[in-house]
Parts: sequence; structure tokens; C-alpha cells
Amino acid sequence: MKRLICAFIALVLCLACLSGCHGSKRQELFEIPEEFDTSKQYEITFWAKNDTNLTQVAIYKKAVADFEALYPNVKVTLRLYTDYGRIYSDVITNIATGTTPNVCITYPDHIATYLTGDNTVVPLDELMDDERFGLGGSEVRFESPKQDEIIEKYLDEGMIGDEHYALPFLRSTEACYVNKTFVEKLGFTLPEVLTWDFIWEVCEKAVEKDADGNFIVNGQPTLLPCIYKSTDNMMIQILRQQGADYSTAEGEIGLFNDTARGFLLDLADHTANGEFSTFKISSYPANFLNAGQCIFAIDSTAGATWMGSDAPLIDIAEDRLVEFETAVMTVPQFDTENPTMISQGPSVCIFNKPDHGEVLASWLFAQFLLTNDVQISYAQTEGYVPVTSKAQSSPEYLDYLSREGEDGDMYYDIKLKATKLTLDYTEKTFVTPVFNGSASLRNAAGQLIEEVTKATRRGKTVDDEYIDSLYDEMISLYRLDGIGAGSGERAELGELPPTSVMLLSLIAAAWVFIGIYVLVQTLKKRKNQGNT
Amino acid sequence: MKKIIAVLMLLCMVVSLVACNKFDPAAKSEGVMTYAEYDAAAMDAEVVIEAYVQATQSWWDNKITAYLQDPDGAYFCYEMACSEADAAKLTAGTKIKVKGYKGEWAGEVEIMNATFEFVESEKWVAEATDVTAFLGKDELIKHQNKFVTFKGLTVVSVEYKNGEPGDDIYVTVSKDGAEYSFCVERYLTDPDTAVYKAVGELKAGDTVDIDGFLYWYEGVNTHITNVVKK
Repeated sequence: MKRLICAFIALVLCLACLSGCHGSKRQELFEIPEEFDTSKQYEITFWAKNDTNLTQVAIYKKAVADFEALYPNVKVTLRLYTDYGRIYSDVITNIATGTTPNVCITYPDHIATYLTGDNTVVPLDELMDDERFGLGGSEVRFESPKQDEIIEKYLDEGMIGDEHYALPFLRSTEACYVNKTFVEKLGFTLPEVLTWDFIWEVCEKAVEKDADGNFIVNGQPTLLPCIYKSTDNMMIQILRQQGADYSTAEGEIGLFNDTARGFLLDLADHTANGEFSTFKISSYPANFLNAGQCIFAIDSTAGATWMGSDAPLIDIAEDRLVEFETAVMTVPQFDTENPTMISQGPSVCIFNKPDHGEVLASWLFAQFLLTNDVQISYAQTEGYVPVTSKAQSSPEYLDYLSREGEDGDMYYDIKLKATKLTLDYTEKTFVTPVFNGSASLRNAAGQLIEEVTKATRRGKTVDDEYIDSLYDEMISLYRLDGIGAGSGERAELGELPPTSVMLLSLIAAAWVFIGIYVLVQTLKKRKNQGNT
Repeated sequence: MKKIIAVLMLLCMVVSLVACNKFDPAAKSEGVMTYAEYDAAAMDAEVVIEAYVQATQSWWDNKITAYLQDPDGAYFCYEMACSEADAAKLTAGTKIKVKGYKGEWAGEVEIMNATFEFVESEKWVAEATDVTAFLGKDELIKHQNKFVTFKGLTVVSVEYKNGEPGDDIYVTVSKDGAEYSFCVERYLTDPDTAVYKAVGELKAGDTVDIDGFLYWYEGVNTHITNVVKK
């Protein structure tokens, strides 16, 4: 009997152990090592995004080389992307295979999805605060910014819940690049703050044609007066500027509301009149602007080097370029007294690894990206701004800002104007709440505008009924009914799988047998004692 | 004699049957546009076409971009809805029926928001059309999206999009004193392909013959699929 019970218990324990092995191995929480082992070689990967700009690539390469010179035991392998979406997709794929990069340029929205993995992304609070290896730490081999030298607003954008999961790398906002020459030719004067009403008024006038079918304002058969690059930003800002819902910090979805509906219906009218299009539908706003085929090109300040007749980066043939004066303005507003605009730009996160020394090496490299040399040189490539006050107030950067228009490259006036706009309006910028599903919500916000624009161009009726149906379609397509209010609650997981039920039953049975065995043995013992 | 006549008649019947079943790559199902009708359709109009897959870009996110052609013209289908399993079946020569909307992006006329279904048919792959003589002329755009060949071009520059292998390669070529921007599109021919490596080794001044799809981005921007250094 004893042997039988022992064999049964052993079987149950083996099954339990084996079933435990079958699941994915849990990633240990990262703990800061006592020392950074410089005798050990570390190889880390850095997935970086550039704006199809080889100067930015060169800056990344220099940063890697400079860091490796300071830490000869760390080898950084750079993988270059030009699209955040591709980085996101590749990271998701690599989480499943346990082959994430060590350091990655990303958006906080994307990190929220990465966090659904098991300790996948390293929380940064303890690392930032660490006296030896933290921001401005005593054992850091370069002049790292202290925490209070990172612009607080930008640092907070990397918070998910109560913890920081991302360091800001650089920041930009959106701007409206205006063909001022055409606006004035149409008989208008640019206001101090651009409004949607003003834009539509100019656009309506701009689409007038001559007897030959050419637009009067440019004498060409093509004109798209207003083109928006990032329609997700467009919708988000429109809602924010009017105090309408988008989402709560807890992930409750408010996007599909009447303010959005009203704007979409209005947008359909302007699209039908030939006044509006998007990057996804027509192409880069800069190409149309520079060819004299667009009056209001709304794009990132990080796209400023492509904007204007004399832009250093041009994608259209020289004979298509048109001479005009470019004004760099804030994105159109509803309340001119209280302008607001999106804060955007790359952030950096660190992925967890079994070797804590490797994670520490990753952190040191991420921190290196905040040094003045990297910050200033990268910010100068586009209308970006450094994220540290240390870099922003440095004589080198102030000198750069003071030289607007000195040449058509490093000091290109449109780029410097876009940079100054980002700096001047830092306190007026905002970000949207980050939660698991916020990346999908952002996509849905943009898609509403894309779908309405396409439907209008394709001659479909865009009315309340269409918007109702579109809302349903977007909720379903982006699975937004699965997040929202429920995101903070425990999900109903349904019944246990049969194998789990069997295993739990076996464990319960084992305990019953153990109990019976102990009881029988106790009774036997008492009986024997009684006999003696 | 009767036997000879009978044999001859039988032979005629066989020949007729073979002739009746001759494969016509230009044939269209009912309700499908000819290339001429597609070409004449307005921008943003709904279009339904049938054509043969010549190549596809890599499948991603339940979407695929395909280069299609029939004997009369070519079509570029941008990000068609497509399962991964169906993507594997979109091999060169496969006939499909595509329903979508005609659009223009940076000068490239394409079918957007498309769905497709397979059409039972023999396979058909286009021969490359030599369009060298049309470079710099208005006639070139009439061959947009076709599988084409250019003879005797001179390489002006070869630049990796990211400054190193991995992403697209931008190739500037010249002919008769004018320069043109071509491209090795990494989602069509990735860094492991022979053409990606061959283009990466080209030097300014090389004379080359280039095959590819006549894509457009603010002007001709051929997606290179083969290069032969002379």
C-alpha cells in the first residue's frame, strides 16, 4: 500500500513539474547589479529610427562609436528603420521568440503593448535614481544629465501607470507650412494664430478655376489646398482643442463622439469641394507645397527640411519647383486664446534580459543618447528640440538658434522656425493617455478621417448614417470594444482547459490519499500503543 | 478511301478542338474591365480587373502589394487585403480578379483598398517591353507598371537609403544626358536577392541593362528586378 501511494504521489508531482516546464519561462524582474563588470564582453542591439535622413544615421553611428570608446567591453549593433510601424511590428514578433533588441526607439503607445509580455520592458525609475549608474551617476563615464535636467513634461510622457518605461530622445510637434504668397494672392492676410475657419475660407477661394480648367491661384490643373500628413494627430488635436473626449487615462474610449462626427461631416463637405486630402491618399504634403499645388501643408516640425522652395531635401524635379514665401505656423486651432498641439517624437525603451549586466549596459547606452553632443547634433538635423535643459541652454545650441537663415542647410530658416515653434509652445503641448490598446485607438482616430476623405472622393454619401456605420466598423476593426472600461478590470477567462482540470483533480486526489495515509498510520500507531 | 477520309476528318476535329481551347491571356470574365476601360476610368472610381501576377512585395499585416499585367497593360495593386496563406499562392503567372478603387499617389496610378479572388486559368508571364527609347518622353508613362527593360544606361550613383545595406537602394542612371531615379525596393527584392547584391556592387560610370517594373514616384522610378553590367 505504501509503495502504491508513493508511486501515485510521485506521478502527480512529476506531472505538475512537467506542466510547469511546458509554459513560457518567466522573465525575472531586473535588479541593478552591484557592479558593472567591465571584464565581461556585452553585445547589445539598438533599433533606431531615422527620417530617411543620412545625417541622422551618421549621428547614430557616431554615438555608438563614442559610447564603445568609453565602454570598450560593450559592442552596440545598430539596426536602422525609417518607420515606427515596422519597429513596432518587429518588436512584437521578437517578443514571442525572446529576441527583442536591447535598446529601441519607440512610442509610449507601443511600449504599452510590449508590456503585456512578461517583464519585457525594464521600468526605469530605479535606474534613473541609482547613485552610481543613474542619471548623472557617480560611476557613469560621460557627462550624463541629471533627472532635473530632463524637461519634466517630456520625461513624464514616458510614464505608463506610475512608472517610467521610456526616456524621451527628442521632441517635435506639428506645424502648418503655409504658402504665404498664395494666401495673399487670394486676398487674405495670415492671422497670428491659424484657425480651421480661416483655412477653409482660403481653400474655398483657392479652388476657383479659369476657363481652361486650371486653378486661378497657381495656373496649374492640380491643386490640393490643404493636405494633412498624420490624420491620427489631426483628429486627436481637433478633439482636444474643443474639449471633447478621446480616452481616459484608464483606457475608456471617448473617440466616437458628436464633436468628431461634426468635424467629419464638415470635412466631407470640404473634401467634396476639392479642398482637402491626406498623405495616405495623395502623397507627401511637402511635394505638393513645393510644386505650388498646396497652400496649407500640415506635417511634423521634424519634416521641416523638406518644406519650401529652397528646402535642402527635395523629392520633386527641379523644373516643378515654384518660388513662394513659406510661413511656419501652429496647427489650426479652434480657440486662438488657448492654442494646443500634440507633443511627439522618439522615445527610448530598454528590454529586459536574463543577464542583468547586459541590461545595465543597455541603460548606460540609452542614457548616453541624452548627452549634449547627441542631443544637439540630432536636433539640428530637423525641427526637433533636445529633451534636456542642459542641451537647450548650452552655448552651442543657443548659437545654433541665433543663426536662422544663415545658409540653406544647417541654418535653413524653415527648419529653425519650426524648431523655435516647438520650443515656444512646449507648455501648450499634450500627449494622449497610454494604455494597452492606445496604439489601436490612435490608428482608429486617423482612419476615421482617411475613410471619410476616401468615401467623399469616391462619391459616397457621407451623412450621420454613414458615420454611425463607420464608428461601428472602426470599433470592430481595431477591437476597441475589447478595451476601454474593461481594461482596468479582470478579464473573464472562461472555463479551465481539460488538462488543467485533470491536473488539479490529480493534485486534489493526491492530498486526499496523503490525508488518508496519515490518518491510517496514526490510527495504526495508536492501536499499537494501546496494545502495548 | 473511306478510311483515309475518316482519318482526315478525325484529324481535322482534333486540330479544331485544340484550336478552340487555345489559351487567350487577354480573356476577361463578364463584368470585368478591359485595360482600356480601366485606363479611361476616373480617379477614385471603383474598378474591377483581371490580370496575372508578375511579382509581389512581401506580405505584411494581412496585406500584399502586387504587380499585375495582362497583354494590354499593367496594374499596381497597393496593399490588397490578403491572408498569409493566399499570399503564398500569388506566384508569377497566377490570374486574379481584383476589385478596388483607382487612385494616384505621387504620380503612380494604382488600385487601392482592393480585394481579390483567384481565377482558374493557365499561367501567363509578361515579356519585358523595351522602353529605352521612351525615356524622357511623354510616351513612357503609357507603359506605367509594366515589366520593362532599359538598354545601355549609365550608372550615375548608387545610394543605400540608410547609408548601408538593409533598406531600399536608390540608383540614379543617365541616358542621352538626362538622369533618372530608379530603386531597388527591399520589399520586392530583399537584401538576400541577387539583384540587391548586384546593384550594391555597381559603380558610377558602369553601363547596364536594367529590367524592372515601371513604377512612378514624382517621375519614373523603376523598381529594379534584374541588372546586367556590360
